[in-house]
Amino acid sequence: MNAPVVFEGIGASPKRKEDLRFLSGRGNYTDDINRPNQTYAVMLRSPHAHATIRGIDTAAAAAMPGVVAIFTGADMVVGSLPCGWLIHNKDGSPMNEPGHPPLAQGKVRHVGDIVAVVIAETRPQARDAAEAIAVDYDVLPAATSMAAALAPGAPLLHEGAPGNVCYDWHIGDLAVNQAAFAQAKHVVEFELVNNRLIPNAMEPRAAIGDYDRTTDQHTLYTTSQNPHVIRLLMGAFVLQIPEHKLRVVAPDVGGGFGSKIFHYAEEAVVTWAAARVNRPIKWTADRTESFMSDAHGRDHVTKAKLALAEDGKFLGLHVSTTANMGAYLSTFATSVPTYLHATLLAGVYTTPTVYAEVKAVFTNTVPVDAYRGAGRPEATFLLERLVDVAARQTGIDKLELRRRNFIPADAFPYQTPVALQYDSGDYQSTLAQALKTADWDGFEARRAEAAKRGKLRGIGISTYIEACGIAPSAVAGALGARAGLYEVGAIRVHPTGSVSVLTGTHSHGQGHETTLAQLVTDRFGIPLSQVDIVHGDTDKVPFGMGTYGSRSLAVGGSAMVKAMDKIVAKARRIAAHLMEASVDDVEFDRGTFRVAGTDKTKSWGEICLTAYVPHNYPIEEIEPGLDETAFYDPKNFTYPGGCHICEVEIDPDTGICSVINFTAVDDVGRVINPMIVEGQVQGGVAQGIGQALLEACAYDASGQLLSGSFMDYCMPRAGDVGTLSVATHETLCTHNPLGVKGCGEVGAIGSPPAVINAVVDALRDYGVTHVEMPATPAKLWHIINSGRRAAAE
Amino acid sequence: MYDFEYHKPTSVADAVKILSADSDARPISGGQTLLPALKHRLNKPTSVVDLSGIAELKGIKRDGNKIVIGAMTRHADVANSPEVKAAIPMLAMLASGIGDPAVRNRGTIGGSVSNNDPAADYPSAVVALNATIVTSGRRIAADDFFQGMFTTALEPGELLVAVEFPIPEKAGYAKMRNPASRYVMAGAFVAKTGGEVRVAINGAAACVFRQKDMEAALSANWSPAAVAAVKQPADDMNSDIHGSAEYRAHLVTVMAKRAVAAAG
Ligand SMILES: Cc1cc2nc3c(=O)[nH]c(=O)nc-3n(C[C@H](O)[C@H](O)[C@H](O)COP(=O)(O)OP(=O)(O)OC[C@H]3O[C@@H](n4cnc5c(N)ncnc54)[C@H](O)[C@@H]3O)c2cc1C
Repeated sequence: MNAPVVFEGIGASPKRKEDLRFLSGRGNYTDDINRPNQTYAVMLRSPHAHATIRGIDTAAAAAMPGVVAIFTGADMVVGSLPCGWLIHNKDGSPMNEPGHPPLAQGKVRHVGDIVAVVIAETRPQARDAAEAIAVDYDVLPAATSMAAALAPGAPLLHEGAPGNVCYDWHIGDLAVNQAAFAQAKHVVEFELVNNRLIPNAMEPRAAIGDYDRTTDQHTLYTTSQNPHVIRLLMGAFVLQIPEHKLRVVAPDVGGGFGSKIFHYAEEAVVTWAAARVNRPIKWTADRTESFMSDAHGRDHVTKAKLALAEDGKFLGLHVSTTANMGAYLSTFATSVPTYLHATLLAGVYTTPTVYAEVKAVFTNTVPVDAYRGAGRPEATFLLERLVDVAARQTGIDKLELRRRNFIPADAFPYQTPVALQYDSGDYQSTLAQALKTADWDGFEARRAEAAKRGKLRGIGISTYIEACGIAPSAVAGALGARAGLYEVGAIRVHPTGSVSVLTGTHSHGQGHETTLAQLVTDRFGIPLSQVDIVHGDTDKVPFGMGTYGSRSLAVGGSAMVKAMDKIVAKARRIAAHLMEASVDDVEFDRGTFRVAGTDKTKSWGEICLTAYVPHNYPIEEIEPGLDETAFYDPKNFTYPGGCHICEVEIDPDTGICSVINFTAVDDVGRVINPMIVEGQVQGGVAQGIGQALLEACAYDASGQLLSGSFMDYCMPRAGDVGTLSVATHETLCTHNPLGVKGCGEVGAIGSPPAVINAVVDALRDYGVTHVEMPATPAKLWHIINSGRRAAAE
Repeated sequence: MYDFEYHKPTSVADAVKILSADSDARPISGGQTLLPALKHRLNKPTSVVDLSGIAELKGIKRDGNKIVIGAMTRHADVANSPEVKAAIPMLAMLASGIGDPAVRNRGTIGGSVSNNDPAADYPSAVVALNATIVTSGRRIAADDFFQGMFTTALEPGELLVAVEFPIPEKAGYAKMRNPASRYVMAGAFVAKTGGEVRVAINGAAACVFRQKDMEAALSANWSPAAVAAVKQPADDMNSDIHGSAEYRAHLVTVMAKRAVAAAG
């Protein structure tokens, strides 16, 4: 086989292999799948945030046309939807972990909690019948906000969680921390909110349960980022179905952003009920259901305190956070404000002591869990806002304050006071590159020009780090994870030399079918068209932990490298046999096996064919075939970092804040496909701008979701993100074979504080130190207006 | 969506006949409001009467010093109409700013005006230009037509047939969009027609209304500065998660000022 004419390996930007299917409407999503004799499920959801169920009368509904079955919590008595991460309290006791039944057991705890499932021949029939179910609710007072849930005498959500507290956890040495504050020249303190978000993947969640009674085989088709994890959690904990009798398929998935990591009630309900009614059952969420049942993100309230020496060196950081868990513990909810948040609080700085305490609280709202960045955006927001506030309070320039405290490029590996050890980074360089791209020095002139037009212009910066490539299993296990976090790659070389890769990661927009194939192209020297990436089916892929925490390339790609190493090792033995040379003398480079120092060669295709047609073959020593699997457990997290700069203009008459320019310089390690990295960062930045300026999940005091549709929940649009400049600055990850760090979340992690720092800068003449997200026009106008009034008085 | 009967009459008379016989029948024109409501099961009409087959409801024409727009005319057609652009450019501009391209290619002036969504664009133009609503049975002055949130003077079974806009000497429109829905958060349409000044405010309150203080100020002195000095009281303004009544009241003045500037 000839080497490809166009280089498609590591560093190239071939067009995405998956896009023809996605852009021409030929994707195969869960709702596109139809099984013979299929029925349809509609979930009857609670209209109340908190109520006991006195009774459910399904008689009239059951008699309606097309109804196949109706089940309530009384019928479906199964295991609880599990929580995957055990957190311990300050005193060492385990967290409170109340159960999460798929169908409500006598009590509902948020609007949208599932009370019954109706299964019918058509979806409209199921919906008609659901409306005919009479539920007798005894409505209880609700606790919607964390403050309400923690107030004395607050309504209690779970018997097993007194005071509505899930856990009260901490990290760091408090005595050392207090000593640092005692020596401080300056102490900067403030409180901030990380606003609650609703993920809104373009494809709503869906699930199909299918059961074959002749083989006792269950199949679940679902909108998941990690089908093997769903099989494990649902099979082992909820429904007690052994793995060999349960297949989980996650076909094309239209965006997840974290919200499709978790094991949801509807998956268990359709799988369980399909075996009861002995017919396939399809459920697809409508957008209204998505708003009230997809796990929400963020929702922290934090008090932060920074101690500084006279010269601006950070001496210590103290953080107290309360984190909203919602009504039940979603799969990874407990890890987000703890190990994905507090461990990032050193940031890119040499702060010698960090102490963080986190109280997790139950409220009568949708469960909250990981959402693009998960914990790291919260850490970055509070840190990068705090540094700006500190700069203002101490009078030290905000860039200078950052530079003085950066971990120097020669200090790696760098051990932080909060468990993590960073392997590589170069914060001065990413900062310098971003300042230049954004023309930081020319800003004051632009501000003056804007002022002439009556606009308030501001510039903001964020220098951030995150930890991804989740995760070394032993470390995660020691911290409470109830699963391993390795990844699996199987390389199946076919007789004619083309390759199928079975990966345990899952692509739902990220372009893995291209990026992962480039690894193979680069290594084996075969064209991209000769490589297919297979994912999303537990019957095809040996095992896997899925895609989240920017882990697919760093962990899944590394597993592929290990499997390719095995392939090359075996192929070299075959080549050595054919060329009558010693294995040690056979070199392999992109498609060609060569006896070192000679012109004796064998091509990739010849070796592959020989492996499957072993006529002239060392059959006593090696098996035929070229098919290898590897499990890769990372040695450490990876640490992408970088610098984001945002420039905004505020119209003081309306309060409208427009992003004019956004500059991102990110160190994501080695870049495999620059075009895809740029797209990932663009999307992440758009989400970060959404969080900073637009997106507000709002509940009223009774627990009704006020932002329950796109009429009221504001998603970012193309026009909201301004001119976006994305660049990378590589330092390689030192502990995985590809040197990659991850790019899926950096945009959403680094950007919100850059935007808000810009907003605060724009309002510098109005005496403002902080603006809570989202900085909506109304909020900004009120700030400006009261500033004007204060000036007038 | 619940089941309903579907009718597609070809004349206003036939449509009125079906609608008059059944008080639970509903006309549908662009469907941009009615269809989402049906999908969410917020409405349960017995039958839906599709107006898209009625030729007499379509089209734009200039009739002396009036522009007459048929009820079934889509927003995109008003936005692109040479007659409208020549006579009342601000009306074309308003239509070009409704929703998104899909909405503008389906939504109609008749549907929008009959629906009287407080956050809709057209009602402000209808009131400020002192348009006449032509229905299947009568002619209604703009001031008498919009009666409250989603409420108009239309009787059951009565169809909006056309809107007649007198051609103004000056007209201007400015609005602030709701960040999420992109409907109007606060808007102002100002017009001077035959010497009479009208200022209609939409989006900010439960129903479009005339800002008489601004009308007086502009009658005395047609300039942005004249309306800038008029404060809108916050009492009857909407207040929700997107903005307080105080904020909307403030926006009314800002938008009126911008509308006058746009009118020239
Ligand atoms: C995403 C989206 C964004 C939008 N943004 C905006 C915006 O920014 N500004 C704005 O002004 N509007 C906006 N709209 C509304 C849209 O512009 C339509 O004007 C509106 O939906 C009504 O027009 P329609 O022709 O679709 O009416 P339909 O939905 O068909 O009908 C609306 C109502 O009027 C009744 N009706 C219809 N025709 C007649 C008639 N001839 N006589 C009597 N009754 C009648 C119907 O029975 C129904 O009750 C938006 C809509 C959507 C979906």
